[in-house]
Amino acid sequence: MRRIISVLMENAPGALSRVVGLFSQRGYNIESLTVAPTEDDTLSRLTLTTIGNDHKIEQITKNLNKLVDVVKLVDLTEGAHIERELMLIKVKATGSLRAEIKRNVDIFRGQIVDVTSTVYTVQVTGTSDKLDAFVHAIGEAAVLEVVRSGVSGIGRGEKILSL
Amino acid sequence: MLSGGDMVIRALQDEGIEHVFGYPGGAALHIYDAIFRQDIVKHILVRHEQAAAHAADGYSRATDRVGTVLVTSGPGATNTITGIATAYTDSIPMVVISAQVATDKIGEDAFQETDMVGVSRPVVKHSFLIKHASEIPLAIKQAYYIASTGRPGPVVVDIPKDCTDPAHKFEYEYPKKVKLRSYVPVDRGHSGQIKKAVQMLLDAKRPVIYAGGGVIQGGSSALLVALAKALNYPVTNTLMGLGSFPASDRQFIGMLGMHGTFEANTTMHHADVILAVGARFDDRVTNTPGKFCPSAKFIHIDIDPASISKTITADVPIVGAVDSVLTEMLALLKDTKESPDAEAINDWWSQINEWRARHGIYTESRYNTDGNMIMPQDAIKALHEATGGDAYVTSDVGQHQMFAAQYYLFDKPRRWINSGGLGTMGFGIPAAMGVQMAERDAVVACVTGEGSVQMCIQELSTLKQYNLPIKIICLNNQALGMVKQWQDMVYDGRYSEIHYEESLPDFVKLAEAYGHVGIRVTKKEELKAKMEECFSLKDRVVFMDIMVDPSEHVYPMLVAPNGSMRDMWLSKTERT
Ligand SMILES: Cc1ncc(C[n+]2csc(CCOP(=O)(O)OP(=O)(O)O)c2C)c(N)n1
Ligand SMILES: [Mg+2]
Repeated sequence: MRRIISVLMENAPGALSRVVGLFSQRGYNIESLTVAPTEDDTLSRLTLTTIGNDHKIEQITKNLNKLVDVVKLVDLTEGAHIERELMLIKVKATGSLRAEIKRNVDIFRGQIVDVTSTVYTVQVTGTSDKLDAFVHAIGEAAVLEVVRSGVSGIGRGEKILSL
Repeated sequence: MLSGGDMVIRALQDEGIEHVFGYPGGAALHIYDAIFRQDIVKHILVRHEQAAAHAADGYSRATDRVGTVLVTSGPGATNTITGIATAYTDSIPMVVISAQVATDKIGEDAFQETDMVGVSRPVVKHSFLIKHASEIPLAIKQAYYIASTGRPGPVVVDIPKDCTDPAHKFEYEYPKKVKLRSYVPVDRGHSGQIKKAVQMLLDAKRPVIYAGGGVIQGGSSALLVALAKALNYPVTNTLMGLGSFPASDRQFIGMLGMHGTFEANTTMHHADVILAVGARFDDRVTNTPGKFCPSAKFIHIDIDPASISKTITADVPIVGAVDSVLTEMLALLKDTKESPDAEAINDWWSQINEWRARHGIYTESRYNTDGNMIMPQDAIKALHEATGGDAYVTSDVGQHQMFAAQYYLFDKPRRWINSGGLGTMGFGIPAAMGVQMAERDAVVACVTGEGSVQMCIQELSTLKQYNLPIKIICLNNQALGMVKQWQDMVYDGRYSEIHYEESLPDFVKLAEAYGHVGIRVTKKEELKAKMEECFSLKDRVVFMDIMVDPSEHVYPMLVAPNGSMRDMWLSKTERT
């Protein structure tokens, strides 16, 4: 199963490499990874998505928790949560394609953020599934370049991950 | 006001560190100058940095102090890696201070630069890279705190040369206490779980206590004994746990696992309740996990949540410090009106005793005692006798290690010191060196093989310099015996690269060249007398080169792959 694990960790040198190292060392896979400081600049928030059965995920969260730099973590997929990923995608946009792409961008509530006579650069945000669906809708042949931010996530409602 | 170099040594003094095992070099010069200008922290100059780490490791294992290593950057630092990994795998506390090239040179492929924090990352509990001299006291305090609490392990503190510069002085204060918001080791276990565990133990018909190195590291041997006595249940130890329960006790059924006793492995296989204490269901114990102890429910006490349900799913997991959990269990047992099912336990003991009588290695000798050659098992028995069973015994890795584990019946914790998890050949001598440094008056023996002993033999020189009179008991079978045993059993005796031809040194002369005593034993009849002679030379290092039967195998041995715990080879020809 795909999981989104959100980690609050010390904003310290080497902390990120310890997290990444743990995954390669123990043979866990990382599908995506994002990391940036939080409102408290001594802390970083790291969100990673991984795939594994319950046993594997339990081991992953236990071993992450063991890292001295990790302050707290949560498996967002265990409860209601909001998941967002940002994609910048450059697509071929010539002739009748231009209108077609524009329609798709509207349907997916994206934005065209840059334009040339032959290319649109589109920004789409949403769940990873939605971004996949957009790429699919555009059609592989039209896609020139894709950049995705990796998943960020946050729990719904009152639940917060903080000190 | 102190320079960074002086701060390192002052911090060690303030931490109460008496001994540092190390080796100097360019990036560490400022720190070594600070060592020179004081005489509280004693530095032991090893002959190879790997040995410094093993010595610090042995020092930690034999005591409840934390072994300390100091090395220079680059090769000095990387030479410690095997030693750090050895400590990491066995959860041994250790602090390694490595010098680093100056901050402004980091990343420039400077002379003797290696990314020590990066290289050591997978084998440390934590590491620090110092950015400024003023960080040194806190980092060192935290290093000892992290190394020695929770599930212990090695911690690296990497210090760039400019941060130790004597020209720059800063305020020094050694923190009295540390608290880390991101590191809070557990202490007490969950009371509800502990209650459940006690009930499960009381309801058991075929129970066994399976105790590992965590009991020793957690200083809980006496509690383990009290619990086992209160219940009258059998106890088996892992290779790392030997000594946590007295081997001479009636309730001890021997080591379990790959070369465990028939009775321990069979008891495990048939048990209905297994209490695992400070043990981690290592693959040398479980054999084939899918066939492991098919009728058992597992209670698992461990300080490390990640150890629980990693390979074997626990029915009652208890995350907590072994001492506090066992204390709570004992209190519950005292208060309850219930007691174990006496009849069932009686039957269980009859069954176990029958297993003992049938194939137990302690009821009679299961190896050939008729030949002319010295049997390695007899060499260990002679060692036990000559030392009254009360020595600190370090070991290397191979058949000799397994014979020592099986036949030197350890009655006390911290006496058996071996690289159980990583299996590091070369561990024995330097570890013994560390033990002897910590326990100057103790009898320290290193059981080794002629293969392993050559991996850190340069330390014979260190032993001389610091008058550390360890006794080296080399079971010389003229081959990499453990590898040979596998080649006999699995590869039809195709001996690939396990012999040294005629190249083995004369160990007696070698010992003498280093200023020690060498004794060769070739005849069975002389074994006992020479062993006694060895231990009568109290102030000398003695190298006992004992020529043992080169064809002997270690048994029992679990049948792999796909075997359960009751599937064992009992001799070259006999299988369960
Ligand atoms: C550093 C290292 N290299 C290789 C091995 C693999 N190995 C395990 S036991 C063994 C043979 C050890 O020979 P010796 O020290 O003579 O002991 P014996 O088995 O003969 O008693 C080897 C090569 C190891 N454990 N450690
Ligand atoms: Mg050998």
